[in-house]
Parts: sequence; structure tokens; C-alpha cells
Amino acid sequence: MEFQTVVFYFLSTILVLAALGVVLARHPIHAVLYLVLAFFNAGGIWLLLSAEFLAISLVMVYVGAVMVLFLFVVMMLDIDFARLREGFWSYLPVGAVLGVLLAFEMILVLGGPYFGLDAMPAPEAVAASHSNTRELGKVLYTEYAYPFELAAFVLLVAMVAAVSLTLRKRRASKYIDPNTQLAAHREGRVELVKMAAEKEEPDPTAASGADKVVGQ
Amino acid sequence: MDAILQSIAGFFGPLWPLVWSLVKIVVLLVPLMICVAYMTYAERKIIGFMQERIGPNRVGPLGLLQPIADALKLLFKEVIVPGKSNKGLYILGPILAIAPSLAAWAVIPFDDGVVIANVNAGLLYLLAITSIEVYGVIIAGWASNSKYAFLGAMRASAQMVSYEVSLGFALICVLLISSSLNLTDIVISQDKGWGAAHGLGFLSWNWLPLLPMFLVYLISGIAETNRAPFDVVEGEAEIVAGHMVEYSGMTFALFFLAEYANMILVSIMTALLFLGGWLSPVGFLPDGFHWLALKTAFFLFVFLWARATFPRFRYDHIMRLGWKVFIPLTLIWLFVVTVWMMSPWSIWK
Repeated sequence: MEFQTVVFYFLSTILVLAALGVVLARHPIHAVLYLVLAFFNAGGIWLLLSAEFLAISLVMVYVGAVMVLFLFVVMMLDIDFARLREGFWSYLPVGAVLGVLLAFEMILVLGGPYFGLDAMPAPEAVAASHSNTRELGKVLYTEYAYPFELAAFVLLVAMVAAVSLTLRKRRASKYIDPNTQLAAHREGRVELVKMAAEKEEPDPTAASGADKVVGQ
Repeated sequence: MDAILQSIAGFFGPLWPLVWSLVKIVVLLVPLMICVAYMTYAERKIIGFMQERIGPNRVGPLGLLQPIADALKLLFKEVIVPGKSNKGLYILGPILAIAPSLAAWAVIPFDDGVVIANVNAGLLYLLAITSIEVYGVIIAGWASNSKYAFLGAMRASAQMVSYEVSLGFALICVLLISSSLNLTDIVISQDKGWGAAHGLGFLSWNWLPLLPMFLVYLISGIAETNRAPFDVVEGEAEIVAGHMVEYSGMTFALFFLAEYANMILVSIMTALLFLGGWLSPVGFLPDGFHWLALKTAFFLFVFLWARATFPRFRYDHIMRLGWKVFIPLTLIWLFVVTVWMMSPWSIWK
């Protein structure tokens, strides 16, 4: 067996187990962490297919950014386990239909020879110096420049919308603008006044006053 | 030598790539761990001198065996797992903290061709690996089942995610002007230009045309490693030791090792990307690994210097610096660099 095959089976075993873990884990945090593991192993399998750019961006975008925020949200939630399982039977039909659909697609791919999928040409073998990143960049910024810009624009709109939906001014906030704080100088805060020394005179009325207090 | 390697390779058969990679990893990691250990010693000594103290001077001559003694002490301490914690994840936390900070070293070149994996997408790999460092912190904070640890983890991850953005934009500027993601190529591309042709190599390095990015990268690097003055993560006056408050013995030591390995990583990355890596600053001195070591040591000194100099930032100021100062600055400079590259005054043709 070749070394790459060993690596492939290693990664895909963990991937399948992790994917099962996402569905079967009782605690949502565990499910999210299993999903992270699944993404990571999927990235590894893409690396084996010499699609290094896709593999690394999968890890960078999904594992490094999306899932971190996901984990944040799930950790902050107050999870009621009984309510989580409540809707199981009502969701079952939809889930079952999706499951059957997925299974059918997998059979199509895995049973390729029976469905004539092997008529598709195999990808060309590439040289060791071949840079997947460079090729992708060339195609993305020449042939698909406009769709690419469009996708970027849609993402920007989504981002602005998300921010404006959640933005609310808190009225009771004691927030002080950091710029004014950073602009503070000693001269604006402290004033040294020069004055003559004051001598404390013994006060005869004060002493009698103290007696009065004691007397009462 | 090759013949001996061949015969060993034949003995291991299909497992040879695995064995050979493991050998290379050990050859890299053992000196790295020694560097980490002596980084803690250097930190205590240097900050000691800055504060007019002596620093560790009891164990061995000049206190040189202090890191060894510390390591032994931590090894023999009991690992306490809190009763209500999530046991599996509690142990996984420190492992996930140190694994990426060591894995990142796979693509770091130490000299022309001296690198474990000379991959084309090296810079992307580094971005990806350093972006998963945050998991160790989050998992540790959550699994400890303690409010202090959880708050610390929240602070740490918010800070790391924020500064990663400006770090990434600074890297994009570097890869634009060197038009490569391969770290070796990035270093070699700094050996071209007016300065290199006139024997003044240091004028051709990336730090000069990318001066704002160089500073942003260095400061973001300090913030990314949660070092002073950005160490609100373990602000002892507020949240004790942050996400590692419940950890003891070796589990705590793993967080500690990860932090120092990350410091060395950020320093060596700054040296490679902005200061020409192993290239010599002047024409009449030969290039070599010693230059890279020297530059890295300088940045490590800057880390310690900053810690001994600045008071801790307030949390909202950290966020403001990351989002409202660095990100606009990097975006503007990215635009400037792209226009500069396309203009007739481009110096990277």
C-alpha cells in the first residue's frame, strides 16, 4: 500500500467518525468541536488531491474564523436539553427526505461505473512544481473577474446588513470616547497654585467647643 | 551519506516518508524547546536588569540551570482536574494550544533550502495554523467550568480574532510585492533592487517600502501572542490568570511553552518577511543563518523591552487599536502598494 493511501484512509476514517460525532454528540459544544475536526480532516483530504489553496482556505476561513464565532455563540447559550429533543418527531420527515437524497447522490458517485460516470475524463496529472494557488488566481481574476466582484459585493451587503441589524445605542452607557481620553494632558487636569504658607494659630474658642461636646 | 539513508529507507519500506519526517521534526523541535526554555531565563534576567534587580542567580552558574529546574518542578507537580470540569476537553485544551504553535514551524526556512516543507502556499499555511491557536484557549476556558477562566478565554479569543485581521492584511502586502506565497521566495525577492545592487542590502528589504505594515505586524504579533502590554487575558488584578487559572503542573506548562514558542515564531516571521531573513545587511559580509538568528533575537528582545516598559492597555483601547486604527491603516496601505506596483515608479519590476 502506498503512503498516500495510508494517509487517505487515516484522514477519512477520522472524518467519518467526526461527522458521526456531530450528529450523535449530546452536548452542542462537543458537536461544534467534532465539526471542527471534520473540517480539518476534509482539508487534509483536499491537500492529498493537490488542491492546497482550497484546503488551506477551508481551515483558515471555516476552522479559524467561522467556527470560532460559532463556538462563542454556543458557549454563551443557556441550553435546555429537554427542549432540544422536543421537536425530534416533527423534524423527522424532513430529515429523512434529505437523508435519502444524500444517500442517493452518494450511490451515484460511489457506484460510478454503473451510471456511466467513468466516461468523465480523469483530471490531468500535474507536475510537482505546479501551483494550484497561482492557477486559481489567474482564472479568478481574468475569466471570472465580474462574478468574483459580484460575490464580494453580495458579501459586503450582507456584512453591512448584519451590523446595522444588531447595532443599537445604549442610553445608560458611561462610555467615554478614547480619543478625548488619549488627548488628555497634564495641563488640562492639574493646576499648581503658588501661595504663601499658612500658619495655624491656636484657637481658644475651638478648645471650649470641644469641652462642650464632651459635657453634653 | 546517501547510501546509508537509502539502506535505512529500504528497511522502513512504505513508512519511510513518515520516519524521515519525524526525524526532521525532532531535529527542529529539540533546539526550539531549548530556545523556549532559555527564553524564559532571558526574560527574567533582562527584565531584572531593566528594573535594577539581579534576576535568577541561584541554580547553576549565573542561574543558567534555572529553566531546567523549573521544568523539573512543573513535571513533578500534580495535574489537578477540577471536579465539575469537562475532563476530556480540560486535558485537550493545553494540547490544542501547543500543537499549532509547533506545527507552524514546518514551513519556516532557516537558510536557502533548509526547511522541513518547502511548500508553495507556505504563508497561507502559516495563516491557517496560527488561526486555530485560539481553540486551545477557548476550550481550556470553557472546560475549566470557572467564571474567571471563561471570561479570560472570551477576552483572549476576541483579541486574537481581531488582531488576526490586521496581521493578515500586513501579510497580503508582503505577498503582493514578492508575488509569492513561498517563504523562501519571499526572502530571496528581498535580495533585488537598488540597495542590493549597491551593496546596501538592508535598503532593499521589505521594511522600508512597507514601514507602516512592518510596525502593524510587529504590534499585532505582540497582541496575537497575548503578551504585555496586551495581556489583559491574564490581567491578575481582574481575572487572576485568565483561561489557565485552573491548570497546574505540566498542563499549565504547555500553555506557557506555547506562548513562548509563539513569541519566537512571530519574531522569526517578522525577520523573514520584513528584514530579509538570512540575507546579510551589507554586501561584503556573507549571508547565513546567523543573520536570521540575530534578527530574531532582536525582535525577541523587543518583546521583553515592551513588557518592561509599557503599562497594560485597557480592554476597550486594545479593541479600538485593532479595529479602528490598524485595519483602516492596513487597508489604505494595501491600496497604496497596489497603485505603486502598477505605476511607472514601481521598484519591484
